[in-house]
Amino acid sequence: MASTLATSDPVAPTLGRQRRRKPHPLRRVVLPFVGVAVLIALWQLVCVVFDVPTYIIPRPTDVFSTLTSERSLILTHLQPTLLETIAGFLIGNGVAVVLAILFVHWRSAERALMPVAIFIRTIPIVAIAPVLVIMLGNGYAPKIVIAALISFFPTLVNMVKGLDAVDRQAMELMKVLSASRRETFFKVRMYASLPYLYASLKIATGNAVIGAIVAEWIGSQKGLGYLIIQSTYNYDTPLLYSVMVAASLIAVVFYALVEIAERLTVKWNPEETP
Amino acid sequence: MTTLIDGHTQTDAIRLADVSMTFDSDRGRVTALDGVNVEFARGGFTSLLGPSGCGKSTLLRVVADLLQPTGGQIDMLGQTPHAARTGRKLGFVFQDAALLPWRSVIDNVVLPLKVGGGASISDHADPHELLEMVGLAGRESALPHELSGGQRQRVSIARALICKPQVLLMDEPFGALDEITRDRMNDELLRIWAATGTTILFVTHSIPEAVYLSQQVLVLASRPGRVKEMVPIDLPQPRDRSVRDTAEFTAAAGYLRRVLEEC
Repeated sequence: MASTLATSDPVAPTLGRQRRRKPHPLRRVVLPFVGVAVLIALWQLVCVVFDVPTYIIPRPTDVFSTLTSERSLILTHLQPTLLETIAGFLIGNGVAVVLAILFVHWRSAERALMPVAIFIRTIPIVAIAPVLVIMLGNGYAPKIVIAALISFFPTLVNMVKGLDAVDRQAMELMKVLSASRRETFFKVRMYASLPYLYASLKIATGNAVIGAIVAEWIGSQKGLGYLIIQSTYNYDTPLLYSVMVAASLIAVVFYALVEIAERLTVKWNPEETP
Repeated sequence: MTTLIDGHTQTDAIRLADVSMTFDSDRGRVTALDGVNVEFARGGFTSLLGPSGCGKSTLLRVVADLLQPTGGQIDMLGQTPHAARTGRKLGFVFQDAALLPWRSVIDNVVLPLKVGGGASISDHADPHELLEMVGLAGRESALPHELSGGQRQRVSIARALICKPQVLLMDEPFGALDEITRDRMNDELLRIWAATGTTILFVTHSIPEAVYLSQQVLVLASRPGRVKEMVPIDLPQPRDRSVRDTAEFTAAAGYLRRVLEEC
């Protein structure tokens, strides 16, 4: 069950993509920036040429000036969102990892709880957000729970898959060596699961930000989600776009941190199954 | 699987008495081993040869206590296979080297000393000396993916030897290597065998490899897996590659081929 679900997640391709040869480092760094710069220039060009009103699409220059002028406002509202994202990310992934370890060592638990996890996943996050706000009040709690929920499922599925991604001969080796389950876990399974864990953590970075912001849409007085709702009502599109930039900045930095952690811990070639 | 089998002598390292192994699969019952009776002399080099599905690997796994036979008795150095395994009397070399890719070469070699009560083993080999013996001195801190297939298998042989095993079980260890590397590894293995005096059971698909390495070749027949014939290889010891060009070598290989054709 776990494996079929995992293949439907956009995680397996991430592992496969590493097989491609790495391009020249200069290209790797420069080309993405060139792409973004061209896109922004095109955006500016379209706005100017077709004289698009600012309240429909602001020009990049408008967004940039708002980002600087409204810096303190954005930063004030960025803080709660950041906190909810990080807390939700840690809790959601933490619970997922613990559950996956439980599932791998106790298959009955997997059979009993996996359907529940799948059911939770099928509920749209926008539908569950109001329920949680009613249940948990208007503080940090519902936002953290939603960010955690959205991080939870991909990591659970991937972690179960990763902990099982140990080849038969490695398991036989551990048996020849009379290794205990604990030793097999800490010496083999844990390492085998790391590439899978990082793949899902990277997905969770973006998702946790989305979860926190969606939760803030509902009756919140602070956070980037609140700012999005406010600026939309006021047709303050430069501010709306600035908030979008800030939100994706959180996600990008977060993603980069996970990537760095991966490079520091996964030094072997994960293409080779142990 | 209990005590000694009658007539046990010190010259036999491993004795199998009427060992059977059946698996229940979806397609019914499969008899992998059917009443196998065989002895392996202490310090001897025996190859297990046979068509696919003849139970070579199963036999090796039964001896290694990775599988429990459904019938018969096995005597390993006067102990049960379980006692021999937990006492680190046997080393196992897998086809794909089975190195842990996140552990460096030296950490892979000493793995048997880190798990399963291996820390209490005081009489073990020096890992650096072992790496020198398998020709990998200086590569201690390399990770497995930085090594070639042959080098990886050398590491796995060093790992299998770290606890000074009396029996070395090898499951097609050179099957995935190219022919040139395989020839070189064969010479290395003969050298290691001479240096350690270990009893070796060596599963292979290759007739020339079996003839070159072994003192005797156990030919197994398939469906059900059973002993066809134990063929002694009377070629001079120690051997080098020139033996492959002799008429005796060709004759032995030819004989094995004819026996295999009857399987």
